[in-house]
Order: sequence, then structure tokens, then C-alpha cells
Amino acid sequence: MTRDSESEHDPGGFEAGAEVGEEYRSSSEHAFEEPVGPIIADQYLPIDVTDVVPELADPEVVAEIVAPTREIDAKVGEPLVELDNVSVKFGGLTALDSVTFTINRGEILGLIGPNGAGKTTCFNAMTGVYRPTSGTVTFDHQVMANLKRNQITRLGIARTFQNVRLFSEMTALENVVVGTDARHKTSVPGAIFRTPRHRHEERDAIDRGMALLEFVGIGARATEKARNLPYGDQRRLEIARALATEPKLLCLDEPAAGFNPAEKAALQDLIRKIRSDGYTVLLIEHDMRLVMGVTDRIVVLEFGKKIADGLPAEIRDNPAVIAAYLGVPDDASA
Amino acid sequence: MTSVAATTVPPPAPPVAVGDRLRLWWNSLSRPAHWAFAVPFIAFLAILPLWRPAFINTTAIDFGVVMAQFGMYALLAIGLNVVVGQAGLLDLGYVGFYAIGAYTVALATSPTSPWNITGDDGWLSRQWAWLALLPLAAAITAISGLLLGSPTLRLRGDYLAIVTLGFGEIVRLLAENLRDLTNGGAGLPRIAYPVIGESATNRGGIFSAGNAVAQPWMPNAGTWWFWVCLFLIIVVLLVVGNLERSRVGRAWVSIREDEDAAEIMGVPTFKFKLWAFVIGASIGGMSGALYAGQVQFVTPTNFNIINSVLFLCAVVLGGQGNKLGVILGAFIIVYLPYRLQSVEIGDESLGDYKYLFFGLALMVLMIFRPQGLLPVRQKLLTYGRELYVAARRRSRASDSEAAK
Repeated sequence: MTRDSESEHDPGGFEAGAEVGEEYRSSSEHAFEEPVGPIIADQYLPIDVTDVVPELADPEVVAEIVAPTREIDAKVGEPLVELDNVSVKFGGLTALDSVTFTINRGEILGLIGPNGAGKTTCFNAMTGVYRPTSGTVTFDHQVMANLKRNQITRLGIARTFQNVRLFSEMTALENVVVGTDARHKTSVPGAIFRTPRHRHEERDAIDRGMALLEFVGIGARATEKARNLPYGDQRRLEIARALATEPKLLCLDEPAAGFNPAEKAALQDLIRKIRSDGYTVLLIEHDMRLVMGVTDRIVVLEFGKKIADGLPAEIRDNPAVIAAYLGVPDDASA
Repeated sequence: MTSVAATTVPPPAPPVAVGDRLRLWWNSLSRPAHWAFAVPFIAFLAILPLWRPAFINTTAIDFGVVMAQFGMYALLAIGLNVVVGQAGLLDLGYVGFYAIGAYTVALATSPTSPWNITGDDGWLSRQWAWLALLPLAAAITAISGLLLGSPTLRLRGDYLAIVTLGFGEIVRLLAENLRDLTNGGAGLPRIAYPVIGESATNRGGIFSAGNAVAQPWMPNAGTWWFWVCLFLIIVVLLVVGNLERSRVGRAWVSIREDEDAAEIMGVPTFKFKLWAFVIGASIGGMSGALYAGQVQFVTPTNFNIINSVLFLCAVVLGGQGNKLGVILGAFIIVYLPYRLQSVEIGDESLGDYKYLFFGLALMVLMIFRPQGLLPVRQKLLTYGRELYVAARRRSRASDSEAAK
């Protein structure tokens, strides 16, 4: 059961998690209510999204604009990312040791493990921050090798950061538009002479940017500087910015860090909403209840090795996982 | 859920600063309305060296010449602002590009230079040589920016600053030591300038250094050069403004804010850093060409590293990233020392202490207003205006509701 790499959608595991999610919800209802605060010019000016793009009044239109439009070779349920014996070494330290697993298109895969297990390293090896020492990462039938980080983004992997890394002096909308720029082609000459393509891209970017902000629930704060947003909204903005690059795979690196239970429940809903809009999600997270509640399948790492791979319910009962997190009881080890 | 929101009484809003109100009002105006304010202001600036009100006029050096120098520094500040203010690349050798621009024109037109292509045996008429060489100077400095940038822009922060500092010195030392070419420390005299409007009293034309009338309402050479500068500043501002409100400007600001995050979000960082260097350099080169034409004489000492620091001072003082702010910064840097030269305390002229004052001013500014005199609020979207208008409408509505 430990190495059970069953990769189908599992409604059972999903349901089991959904119950856990309910627990969060009962504690507080108002996590993402707009905070009532002083209105300072340039700092807090809630705007009505429909003033700018009237079509966005309809949530279905929003979801449609946000949904991925690009061709993906892998069919739903087929492997989108395949890690084959990937190892990453830093000098003498083996951070990742022959890790093999797949992420299937359309699923939410959880990647968990105790501190220092190699989750973020695994993530960085996939997104091109580190090059694997050995092994290959295949993304949408293409072997990833010798790509620059911005090229990997354009290939279709987007990520958020463990510590929020927004462009703090830009407004929320401008942050998202930087994400949409990953698909744009205008360069200096086009911008100087304001070519038709430039104007077209700019108009599209605002429409898509506003739709994305509305989708993650912060449309009203589009004109605020990123650094003035509350922490929870900053995390949402990061997700919107990542989605703006039109990714085939969205990687969330501990998106719930520093969240209270109510915010975690809201995040859970958002992640589900993103999946049902057609995205594939990789979730790295410490919070077990969130992971159990939202993922379809979980991969567990410990000391750079994969120790389990399976449905959330299986992982919860897996003795190796329990040992990794809680240690082995004295009487059992004897 | 709604009941909670309705019963919560918002705390009273703190007073909105004058600057913020002004900015909101300005942002809500349409583009023609912006021009309606800008055109009279530009006209006022253009008339200033003719009008010469007593409290503004400088005595030690002709006010027209001071304004011409301000125009060149304003161009430099706009160019440096692209590199430092927008893309966040600390360039301490910017004077190098200024020097390359000036020496391009000087080498091509000074009779002392072996590369002189004007005059009787040259193929460029002295009358139009300067105008023809202005775009060439911009192009050559752009290439030099590309050459400096492609190896060095892999460096970040302090390392980049040190390498660019070295570049600035290298350019000056080349000008000093390539004696066969640049005539060393003796400099290159008699550089071409546009010869227009010759008359019996004005044998060199209106742009000649000989045109030095000091009466009010009579444009002298300095004033004419200032008008040329003003024209170029407007053109450059339009170009840089278009860039700022596009993918390019957003890439620059995202690199300034967090280079790694920008790259992971798909910004080709190296490419856009190089563009910032190239654009900044060509604007600096243009300013250098103006300088060579106006003074008609260049020597290496005009391009000391202290000038780089002065340009940077103008950018920081005015407000990094704000195009209009850095122009104000350039005005302060150029104008104040000349104005204060005629103010004497005891036997000392205040103008002699300019570096002391700039140092003090920078220290005070860094403590009380680190964002500069006119802090930046960049607009990075071509069609973002309607958003800000929508935001303003909402804030007004809530204001009036609160008043009831």
C-alpha cells in the first residue's frame, strides 16, 4: 500500500477531506470579508470590477476567461509531469534521492513530508530553479533540460512562493498583468510606436487581469499597491499572478502558511475552484487537514526519498508516514 | 454575515494628504486635459530665459546658458532614471555615455581630430553636421551600452555599481590618453553646431557661442540651445512614457522589485535589463552631443566621475522612477549653484559650496523623505486610466455617504 501509485481520481478521498474542511468553516465565517478600515487615497479604494469590465458581473464569464485556453497534449487523467529517478545533490548532501512520481492532468496532488524532507527541493527541480543532478523531469511529453526559468514559465509551469514575493510597489492588477505578459510578444519597438498588437495585448491583459482578481476574490482591490494588501489577499494575489501566465500546472508552495482556520477553509475552496476550472495543481503543504481535505492523491517524502504515494485515506493510515511524522513508539521498535 | 458588516462602524478616515488628492485629481483627467495643462507650462518654461525675472536670473553666468545646461542634465536624469529608477540597476558610470556622445560629435567635426569629416575635404557640410551627427551619437552610445551591458548585467547590486564605475573612468582615461585621436587633455576645439540665422552682428548664427546678447526678450545662444533641449526632452518623455505603460515598463519595475520572482513569472530579465541600459545610454549620448554642440569644445575633465554622482544626485533628489521628479532634481542640481553664486556671505560665495549643500540636502532627504521630492507613482498599464477613475468614483461615493 505504501508504494501504491494508483493514479485515478478518488471521490472517496476527496469526500473524506471535505468533511475536515467543514470543521474549519464553523469557527469563523468572515475570513475574506473586506476589512473595514480607513480610506486613504491610493491605499484603499475598493473598486467595482463591473465599472471597468461590465461582463465580469457573471461568475461564469469570469471562470471562462480564467480557464486555461492553451493546448495541452496530455489528456485528462494522463500524466502531465513525470519525475523519473530525480536526484538533487548539494555538494555532499543529497536533498532528493531517486524520486519517481507522476502528476496527472486535472488532479490536485499533495506533496508532503516533515521539515527538511526535500519538498521544496523537489519543487525547485521541477520549476527549473535547480537542475537535477541525475534523472529526468518530463513535462507534457517534453523533457525539461537546459531551460531558463522564464522559458519554463512559458512552457506552462507557474508557481507561488513560500514567503510571499509580490512586486510590492505595483498595484494588484499590475502584478497580475506581469503574469499575463509571459504570453505577450510586444517588445521595445512595439511599445514605443504603440502598434496594434501592443494595444490589443494591453486591452486583453486588463480584461484577463480583472477576471483573475475577481476569480480569487480580490477584484475590489485591483488598484491598491500589493504591499498594502492584507496578508491573506497577498497570497491570493500570488495565485492570481501565477494563473495569469496561463499555466498547464500550478504549483502552490505552502499557500496556507500563517493562515487561521477560516482562511484555510477559504483557501481550500479556492484550490478546488481552480481545479474545477481545468487546472492541474501541485500542493506543497504542512497542514495535514488542508492537504487531506483538498488533494486527490498524496506523495510523501522523507529525507529526500519517497516513502508513500496514494489516496489521502491510505496515506493517513500508512505506518511509514505516521512513523515519519510522529516517530516510532518505543515498544514497537523493540 | 451581512449584519456584521453593516453594524461595524468604520473609524474616521485620516486626512488625505494634499499630494495624494492632487494625484487623484490629475489621474482622473483625460489625456487632452493633461495636455491643456502641460502646454502652457512648457511654454512658460520656454519663455523663462527670455523673461529673466530678477529673482530667478543668474548673474555670474548667463541665465540662457544655465537653462541650456539644465536641459542637458534633465535629459541625462531621464536617461539615468530609466536605468536606476525604473529597472533598479545602479549605474555609477553614466557619465561614460555622456562622454561617448560628446566625443562622437567632437571627433567627427573638430578640425583637430584626425577623423574630421566636415570642412572643405570632408563630405559633411559644417552647417548641418551637428544635426546629422545627433542620431549617430545616440546610436553609438546605444551600442556602447550594449557592449557594457552584455557582460556586466549578469552581476547584481553593488557588483554592477562597481563595474559601471570602472566603465566611466575607462572612457575618461581613454579620452585623456589616446592623444593622437582626442588630443589628450588639451581637448578638441571648434566642434560643429547648426549654423542658422547668420547676420552682420551675428556672424556664427543663432547657435554660435558668439551670440551672447544679455538683454531680456532677446534669445541668445544659450536660450536657443535650451529650446532644442526642451524639444528633445518632450520627445524622450513621450517615448519613455510609452515604454513605462507597457510590458517593458512592467518588466523593469518587476526586476527592480524582485528579480528572481520576475524571472519565474516569465519575464526575460536579462533582455529587458539590456534594453534599459541601451535606452538609458542613448539618451545620455544625445545629451552629450548637445553639450559638445553648445560648448563647441570638449576635454576629458568635463567627464569626471563626480559628474556621474551629480546625475545620480539629481535622480535621487527628484524621486527615483518619477520622470517629472528627476527633471526637477536636474533643475536643482544645475540652477541652485549658479543662483547662489551671486549670494555672498562674508567674502565667500555660496555657490562654491555646492557639493557641501548637495551632501547635506541628500542626508536630510534620506531621513525625512527617502522617496525623493516627487515620489513615484508609476502607471504601468496603457489602458489603466479608467480603473483609477472607477476607484475615484467609488471613494467619492463613500465619502459623501460618510458625510450624510
